[in-house]
Amino acid sequence: MSKKFLPLVLGAAMGVAATSASAATLDDVKAKGFVQCGVSQGLPGFSNPDAQGNWSGLDVDFCRAMAASIFDDANAVKFTPLSAKERFTALQSGEIDVLSRNTTWTMTRDTSLGLNFAGVNYYDGQGFMVRKDLGVTSALELSGASVCTNTGTTTELNVADYFRANNMPYEIVAFEKADEVVAAYDAGRCDVYTTDASGLYAQRLKLTNPGDHMVLPEIISKEPLGPVVRQGDDQWFNIAKWTLNAMINAEELGVTKANVEEMMKSENPDVKRLLGSEGAYGEALGLSNDWALRIVKHVGNYGESFDANVGPDTPLGIARGVNALWSKGGVLYAPPIR
Amino acid sequence: MSDTADAPPRASLLNDPKARGLFYQGLLIAILVAVGYFIVTNTIANLERQNISSGWGFLENTAGFGIIQALVPYAETSSYGRAIYVGFLNTLLVAAIGIFIATILGFVMGIARLSNNWVINRIAYWYVEFIRNVPLLLQIFFWYFAVLRAVPDKRSKWSLFDTFHLNIAGLRGPAPIYEPGSEVIGWALVIGLIATFVIKRWAKIRQDATGQQFPMFWTGLGLIVGLPVLAFFVMGGPISLEYPVFNETGPMLRRGFELGTGFNLIPEFLALTLALSIYTAAFIAEIVRAGIQAVAHGQTEAANALGLRKGPTLRLVIIPQAMRVIIPPLTSQYLNLTKNSSLAVAIAFPDLVSVGGTVLNQTGQAVEIIAIWMMVYLSLSLLTSMFMNWYNQRMALVER
Repeated sequence: MSKKFLPLVLGAAMGVAATSASAATLDDVKAKGFVQCGVSQGLPGFSNPDAQGNWSGLDVDFCRAMAASIFDDANAVKFTPLSAKERFTALQSGEIDVLSRNTTWTMTRDTSLGLNFAGVNYYDGQGFMVRKDLGVTSALELSGASVCTNTGTTTELNVADYFRANNMPYEIVAFEKADEVVAAYDAGRCDVYTTDASGLYAQRLKLTNPGDHMVLPEIISKEPLGPVVRQGDDQWFNIAKWTLNAMINAEELGVTKANVEEMMKSENPDVKRLLGSEGAYGEALGLSNDWALRIVKHVGNYGESFDANVGPDTPLGIARGVNALWSKGGVLYAPPIR
Repeated sequence: MSDTADAPPRASLLNDPKARGLFYQGLLIAILVAVGYFIVTNTIANLERQNISSGWGFLENTAGFGIIQALVPYAETSSYGRAIYVGFLNTLLVAAIGIFIATILGFVMGIARLSNNWVINRIAYWYVEFIRNVPLLLQIFFWYFAVLRAVPDKRSKWSLFDTFHLNIAGLRGPAPIYEPGSEVIGWALVIGLIATFVIKRWAKIRQDATGQQFPMFWTGLGLIVGLPVLAFFVMGGPISLEYPVFNETGPMLRRGFELGTGFNLIPEFLALTLALSIYTAAFIAEIVRAGIQAVAHGQTEAANALGLRKGPTLRLVIIPQAMRVIIPPLTSQYLNLTKNSSLAVAIAFPDLVSVGGTVLNQTGQAVEIIAIWMMVYLSLSLLTSMFMNWYNQRMALVER
């Protein structure tokens, strides 16, 4: 028996050794032909599959933009739905190449998890949703409430801080999956449902009577949501960072999905650098020089993605607000391509 | 090699079965140790290379999140270690209560399954067939969401004797308040238990020697229940009850039971315990039935011939023999129930896995947390099997 066992053990040991070596993510991605992208298990507007299993949303568009810049094909992406709890482990272990799952950028996550945040694709803040018939108009009236939320999120910590700071007793009911939080809140288990404000608007659509519920005006935290990559691969980190920057710069320069071919003829040097007719900015990333052109052509600029997924004309109906460009009163500000 | 002709011919060391056995076993152990060492060092090296923090220091950091049910004092300012401890105790609580209910329900159903009464027999049959063929997670969801929707909302309640109240926030009842002097009652209970144990031994020895029976049940009941009750009145009633406060007026949010008054079993706990007990009881019922049927019919006939009625036949002849067949698989069911309690995370009950998951996400120390999970479940399972093995030995047939 031990004779048969020996090769097995050695084989297993070698297998472990092989996986411990790290390789450039871009090369891996090019070799397998698609980007493996971690998304949520279904959050309308950000990452949500339709009946045919096609994913769409603001976070999904980011992944599609990365795929477009590498493969000139926005569909060269495979999505891995992850719970809040699983997301970082999935990225750390290499199961996914990039995590684009409404994830809050915090110091601990940036410094001690071996991860890098590539920027912010949605500036959010935590809010509260209650039933209108409670007659509550401010979060400061929530003393004694029971609060439903997701486990393993910054939300859980913020709500604890907020109720403690305002000296209000509360009761927390924390579920693993967002669907169960919604179901429990809908059944009346909790008085309050708390998560990022964008999430509240999205999940409200899933309630039996969305009209019976309201989001309170208080925003109790800063929740900059953004895509995440593994630490230690600067090239891949740069690609993620500049994919997002390219989408924001494209909006600023007025380059859209519709006019991108026309814009190729533009004499504006900023547009020329963005679309790759001047300079070799793509090569520095390890991509081709028309990388940003591909992003806009297949996915569109940031504003287009926002309007199509979460904007005022969608069921979510979220205004640009703080997520507008810096030149339009928001805080979206991408470093220039030059 | 051998210099004496009449010594048995010695085989070469290479062909000596004992030496070969030792060599291969030694080799196997060396390989296992090497693989273990390799995995551990490789993990540590990889964690360091990826700048992922590791080590056990995080257990002392402030947790910062709330937990809905804690058996020991816990606040947001407590440490991660404390939070995990709270989760561990919640797991123990669900496992202990679940095992208790499942055992009783399982035995009742197992015996009912053998009943000659057609209705009782069929009820037990359909119970077993239905429950054990539906996945446990679905049953947990069923009890949680179906029951959540069936009971009154937070602003109203169902009451029993005006003492126990059920609504969507849980099952509420009066909470005992211990005043000075109440510890005497605890001591009375301990003394009652010890006295019962001693008298039981004495009664058994006497019965073995003289055949005289002793009214053990009533004596035991008197000692275990009577002594503490007596102590309660002698000490002048040192335990008072705090009733939950129910507000029917005031702002909507404040109506219903006030947080922190009375004793509350949260619906997550109720649903989980109910689902685990009912699910496991279906398996236990089959084990009990198998155990009873394994006792030869001649035993029943012999007991009847001795003039024993149906009850004593079951209690004194059939069950003790059936237990030998029942206990080993029963142990497996207890272990299953304990491990299945980790499904609590689906319905927000803060057990070890649920709280550990939150800690994992806040600190990112997956290896350490998963090691804690595995160690705890392994230890719990080993302890349960050790106890059940000991009990099994006690129940084993003693050859005289």
